[in-house]
Amino acid sequence: MSVALFCKLKEKGEVKVAKSTQPRSKVLARQETFTAYMFLIPSLFFFITFVIVPMVMCVFNSFFDYTSTSFNFIGFGNYVRMFQDEIFMRALKNTILIVVVSVPAVVIFSLWVASAIYKMSNFALSFYRCVFYLPVVTGSVAVTVVWKWMFNKYTGLFNYVLNSAGLIEENISWLGDERFAIWCIIIILFTTSIGQPIVLYVSALGNVDKTLVEAAQVDGATDLQTFWKIKWPSIMPTTLYVLVITTINSFQCFALIELLTSGGPNNSTQTIMYYIYYVVFKLDQFGYGNAMGVILAIIIALFSALQFKLGSEN
Amino acid sequence: MESAKKWTPYKIITVIALAVMAFLFLFPLYWIVTGSLKDAATINSATPQWFPLAPTLDNYVRLFSKPALKWLFNTVFMAVAAMVLTCLTASLAGYALAKKRFTGRELLFSLMVCAMALPKQVILIPLLKEMAFFGLHDTIWAVILPTVGWPFGVFLMKQFAENIPTEMLEAARIDGAGEVLTFTKIVFPMIKPGVGALAIFTFINSWNDYFLQLIMLNSSTNLTISLGIAKMQAEMATDFGLIMAGAALAAVPIIVVFLMFQSYFTQGITMGAVKG
Repeated sequence: MSVALFCKLKEKGEVKVAKSTQPRSKVLARQETFTAYMFLIPSLFFFITFVIVPMVMCVFNSFFDYTSTSFNFIGFGNYVRMFQDEIFMRALKNTILIVVVSVPAVVIFSLWVASAIYKMSNFALSFYRCVFYLPVVTGSVAVTVVWKWMFNKYTGLFNYVLNSAGLIEENISWLGDERFAIWCIIIILFTTSIGQPIVLYVSALGNVDKTLVEAAQVDGATDLQTFWKIKWPSIMPTTLYVLVITTINSFQCFALIELLTSGGPNNSTQTIMYYIYYVVFKLDQFGYGNAMGVILAIIIALFSALQFKLGSEN
Repeated sequence: MESAKKWTPYKIITVIALAVMAFLFLFPLYWIVTGSLKDAATINSATPQWFPLAPTLDNYVRLFSKPALKWLFNTVFMAVAAMVLTCLTASLAGYALAKKRFTGRELLFSLMVCAMALPKQVILIPLLKEMAFFGLHDTIWAVILPTVGWPFGVFLMKQFAENIPTEMLEAARIDGAGEVLTFTKIVFPMIKPGVGALAIFTFINSWNDYFLQLIMLNSSTNLTISLGIAKMQAEMATDFGLIMAGAALAAVPIIVVFLMFQSYFTQGITMGAVKG
């Protein structure tokens, strides 16, 4: 995934072609095509077998009532069912809540951290970059289990600290309470999402044209004005990229849910990704799961396109 | 730049806030490591001990009585195999996409770009059936092969290969170097930093791709370390000492790898995003 990707898409598939000064003979062209494919074959084999084929299968299977005992064509049956399925609608609502809260939070916070650290000495810069990247590297499972302990009703740190500070009177079951569970998930998701945006913003801010910034300062612009008028527009492509990857990550939030709440209590942390898993592996409804996968892909594509459109208008 | 040295109130607040945030981000890691060294009574007490006053290795002894070393071995094997295969196939393909002109190039490239924009998890369910069909389900290869197929690597390598001057490749051809020699002697050395970035990127992503591992692997001896912890957690939800020992075993090696190669990593993230 990359900004380049969208820029390329924008240019409608216009790809730079290696320059050659003379028109080539057909034989030479054919030869080059042949060698190119020799280089591409290993990669294409994996790409087609393990990405393209399952993608096509996903769409195909979504039109079938597909379980371990049946395989019948039902047209758009799975899609119709989805919008009558209360749990799916709940999952969709929760997923959108997660995206709408976590994406702006990630963008603002990572931009703030990056602006604070990008002018620091190399050592301090690397230190902060690493610290904020660590939750990503540590891996969702290791991160999640320690948070689960900290959220624990009886032996968790949060209840202890809040109790000692006198903020709560009795222990809260953070993950077992409908009011709090999804917010606990959003917090953990946030800590595992800001690493990459910070790295990207640090590099983007470092690339902002210094002469423009200096010219603005000479003209008496305040730091805030310099930021909004000069830096913000120049880092727009990075912001777009960050928006898109964070949106995709938030939509696909799975490990946290699986390990912390399994969608509960009372489906209050049910997300589409987790529901797909549940429907396929616990309810054995393969076709239905695939149909939800297709819808999820479409929703993500729409969100990305929307962000891209809004971003490029600015 | 002189403003960087002035201590305005805003600056002081920023520095303090940063330090607090850094502390909060490091804390879970600290809690994993210290938690893994506490005995059951300390872990289960309602008053947490900020530092393990009587450290014990008991949790690790219990961890290694499970197939934890096998899990770690599986994980390392998986991540290394995925890394080597990805770097190999992606550097070949990236070079061809950047420097050769051939029929079907635009189509292929657009296909890869579109595939990358789609959520990866969506294809995992059909992938499961496919692996079952190939007889690879519940083997470590079911996790390795899809990782290699993901087109991000090709995309990243293409970005790096585009920086190779075409004149150099032409000079090599005039000197009579064949395609293979040109690739190994000229192209590969020039895209080496990119390969380094891709290697570390693939290693870490594959190590942490929990969903893929969860779907593909079942038998107790075939698990990865992430799955192993999740399994322990499902079976013994409140044995936090044991679970923290598992989390430490999963987290520490990957963090060491990350810290050793972090400059490559940073470069990979930025190149994949901004260039091109």
